[in-house]
Amino acid sequence: MKLQTPTTLRALVVAGCVSLLSATGIARAADSTSPIVIPIHNWSSQVVMAYVIGGMFEKMGNNVEYVPADSQAVYESIRNGDVTLSHEVWQSTFGKSFYNAMAKGGVIDAGTHSATTLEEMGVPTWVIEKNLCPGLPNWEALKDCPEVFATADSGGKGRWLEGPQSWHGDLMPERLEALGLADTWTVKFAGGADALWTELASAKKEGRGTIVFNWTPNFTDADGFTFIEFPEYTEGCRKADGGDGSCGSPKGWLKKAANYKFPKTHPAAYTAFTKLDFSTTQIGQMAALVDVDKLDHKDAAKQWLADNEAVWMPWTK
Amino acid sequence: MMEALKARKYLQFLLLIAVFLLMYFFIPRSESSLLWRLPPLLNWLPLTINNAVEFLMNDWWPIEVWDPDIEEFEQKPLLREITRSISGVVLFMIEFVREILLGGVKTIVTFTSWDWVTENQWAKWPGLPWTVVAGGAAILGYALSGIGLAVFAGLALVYIAVFGQWEPSMQTLSFVLIAAPIAILLGLLLGLWAFKSKRVEKIMDPLLNVAQIVPHFSYLIPVMVFFGIGDHAGAIATIIFATPPMVRLTLLGLKKVPPEVQEAGLMSGCTNWQLLRRVMIPTARRDILIGVNQVIMQCLAMVVIASLIGAKGLGNDLLIALNRLRIGLALEIGICIVLIAIVLDRLSLAWANKQTDYFADESFKQKHKYSLMFLLVFVVGVALAFLGSFIFKKEFNYLYLIPHNKGITTEAFWQAGVDWLWDTFFYTLKAFNEWFIVDVLIPIKEAFLGMPVIATFTLAMGAGFIVGGIRSALIVGGLLLFIALTDWWDRALITTYLMSVAVVISSILGITIGTLCAQNKTTTRFILTVCDTLQTFPSFIYLIPVMMLFGVTDTSVLIAIVVFATIPATRYTVEGLRSVPEALHDAGSMSGVNRLQRWLSIELPMSFPHIALGINQTVVFALSMVIIGALIGTDDLGQLILKSLSDKAGVGNGLILGLCVAFIGLAIDQILRTWANQRKQALGMD
Repeated sequence: MKLQTPTTLRALVVAGCVSLLSATGIARAADSTSPIVIPIHNWSSQVVMAYVIGGMFEKMGNNVEYVPADSQAVYESIRNGDVTLSHEVWQSTFGKSFYNAMAKGGVIDAGTHSATTLEEMGVPTWVIEKNLCPGLPNWEALKDCPEVFATADSGGKGRWLEGPQSWHGDLMPERLEALGLADTWTVKFAGGADALWTELASAKKEGRGTIVFNWTPNFTDADGFTFIEFPEYTEGCRKADGGDGSCGSPKGWLKKAANYKFPKTHPAAYTAFTKLDFSTTQIGQMAALVDVDKLDHKDAAKQWLADNEAVWMPWTK
Repeated sequence: MMEALKARKYLQFLLLIAVFLLMYFFIPRSESSLLWRLPPLLNWLPLTINNAVEFLMNDWWPIEVWDPDIEEFEQKPLLREITRSISGVVLFMIEFVREILLGGVKTIVTFTSWDWVTENQWAKWPGLPWTVVAGGAAILGYALSGIGLAVFAGLALVYIAVFGQWEPSMQTLSFVLIAAPIAILLGLLLGLWAFKSKRVEKIMDPLLNVAQIVPHFSYLIPVMVFFGIGDHAGAIATIIFATPPMVRLTLLGLKKVPPEVQEAGLMSGCTNWQLLRRVMIPTARRDILIGVNQVIMQCLAMVVIASLIGAKGLGNDLLIALNRLRIGLALEIGICIVLIAIVLDRLSLAWANKQTDYFADESFKQKHKYSLMFLLVFVVGVALAFLGSFIFKKEFNYLYLIPHNKGITTEAFWQAGVDWLWDTFFYTLKAFNEWFIVDVLIPIKEAFLGMPVIATFTLAMGAGFIVGGIRSALIVGGLLLFIALTDWWDRALITTYLMSVAVVISSILGITIGTLCAQNKTTTRFILTVCDTLQTFPSFIYLIPVMMLFGVTDTSVLIAIVVFATIPATRYTVEGLRSVPEALHDAGSMSGVNRLQRWLSIELPMSFPHIALGINQTVVFALSMVIIGALIGTDDLGQLILKSLSDKAGVGNGLILGLCVAFIGLAIDQILRTWANQRKQALGMD
């Protein structure tokens, strides 16, 4: 349904928008001078990488702006063009939001990093070293020791501490069911990543067993974290895809997303962005500059750019 | 028998509870029974709402807008273009203030273009050196109040600068400096409007509750679509959240203005405007000022949430710090937020309390002494910054701006403190926590979940009927029916369970603390400052230590809610007790009552309207923490609201879930408020 807007009103609105949202100038073949908007979320590697990419764009002569955003809701903004791109789309955590936005139109897939990710339930490595539950990391071991992982509110069952439901819905409860563990195990949804890290810290303090959702590359890798080995993932094995749900997580991808106008407004920057490709080691390096060397995120990005010119210079060409 | 029942409300309540218990124990718990659970007849609603909102956001009344970047006309919905223009204005104001404080190019870009700015690299607005801003704040404090406020304001800003939080703090400040005045003005206007018209008051009241209770996450995506992402979106969400208390308190204040005062004004020949400006508002000043204080506190309480939709500054830094469990760093950031809140609050209070001296005959120098002082500070500050550029050639110019995280840090100290707390109390608290969960919380939760739907309705509507007659009963019933017909009745029960436990604890704590502290001036001031601090101190920070001590459990959630929800209970108790006239105290003492009797039979009843408003706000605050609870980990409505962010039909789900939370609040509000009004009438206070 399209209604005809009165011309004066339309002109007024157009004029208003142009003046208020600041004119973007004459278009030409080179990149537009309007800023490329890069989102900032709340984990180190993402923030450093944002500044790295921003620094790269600035070297190419573009204007860059950073905006803090919620990591789930950001895809709606990319769709609308308020945010230009996202450089860390984790398969299992953000895949849902990413594909939903893509289906509505406005978001494009700008390629995949070579870094592979794994997002899975697991235990801190010392749980295995102390042999709290013999047989781990094989999942079958879970059958015999739910009580090691019980908490006050789990009603005597062993507890999996999963991320918030916004990450993978009912994937984990379904997996428990499919593996026949549901009678002795239960899933608790934590509210966010900090809840997971606090649980790791407090379990370590007490020396008690805990099973939490985690991923790699992540800063917890340094303390030692072992993922549970579930039956291997096969295409379509998950309940949502029609399978029975008795499988673990796949080796995940790490994608880049962009607004559909990005290639048209900033062709050079977009080309560089599609070429941009980080490996697990590089992401680890960036996170370590902040988490281990205690640098400020911006300084870490500057240092990484200075140390790795050979890596990123070719992308800008 | 019937006569006795009619006369005595408590007998009616006893009867109600007896009926409720009978239903509770004798109605079979089978999923097919309508008495046990209602079928989710409103299942279709979220999707419909979702489609409607999506239609509004993306397709309604498309207009063609020229996009110069891709050299094409684009179809854009009209409504969105209008909302975007509003956000453009707000953003311009925020950026303008921000660039005075920090420098930048955005303001220049607004009047020229990105192309022009890119070509003319010199066209960059320089920010003020931090010394000038700190000095300016001190002078402002001195001009408005005196040396005490000057020292406080100056030191607070020096603290922020020295600890390397200058840049994010000024970003946050610029955002609050725009959001708070808009909210105050809006609140004042709406309050006046509601005062003028009873009908407006009736309509506005539930809307205010909804605006305050509906968790921000439920409208995060619509706000992002309509207003874009950035400081303006954060500011708009903040204004929605911060205005209601201002409206409420303006109304409360205006209502308390005695008719004699109004008449005196009229007799002196005031026009309507003069009556309002010179008579009504000054007389109602006390309550209006509490409103101003509330707006500022709420604005800063929103800093973290606002950063999720693009507000730059302290909120975002805080989230990053917490994600790595760097509590020490987060604490420093939290202190900055609190300092900004208190400085702004005290300055605005001093400004409002300042009396104009109409008879002063001052020379030019006297009249402009503060401007002259600022000029001096400005010149000295700029000179220092200029000098600094020679001293710190290689490094940062510390006299101009102490860069982010390059200042002194006390992180290690705070971290050690938290570790000590953890080491010392961990095992004691663990034992308590296990007992509390197993023997208290789980039984209560199960009791809530075990309520047949008919029993819940009987209890709630019955209470409504006893208190407010058939009308209240119907309102409460209607609100509950909506929730019962969605898919989420069980989740709503869990939310209600958490809220009820928290409200009981908070009210007891709040009224006790409030009463104890209202006994003398010093403790009153102290407790009000504590309230301000706790209200603005981002709950995210103490969530981490609380989670370390109590795990990802309902205990942690409750603690988070109680800390926040006790604030209004305490604050309004103090305000209420303070508003009891001295003469009444004396009259009581002369009649020979002791301290306790005076409290019970004079002070408490007299301050009842305030305390009732306080309990009402406690419920509102507790429900507004639902989402924070979800960030720890719950299985109530909050968790689903979080989940809606990544759902396909998420917008609809989020909005309906938010409404469910708000309706719980409205139902309780209906009963509490009606009861409070009756008590007021009974005491001859209305």
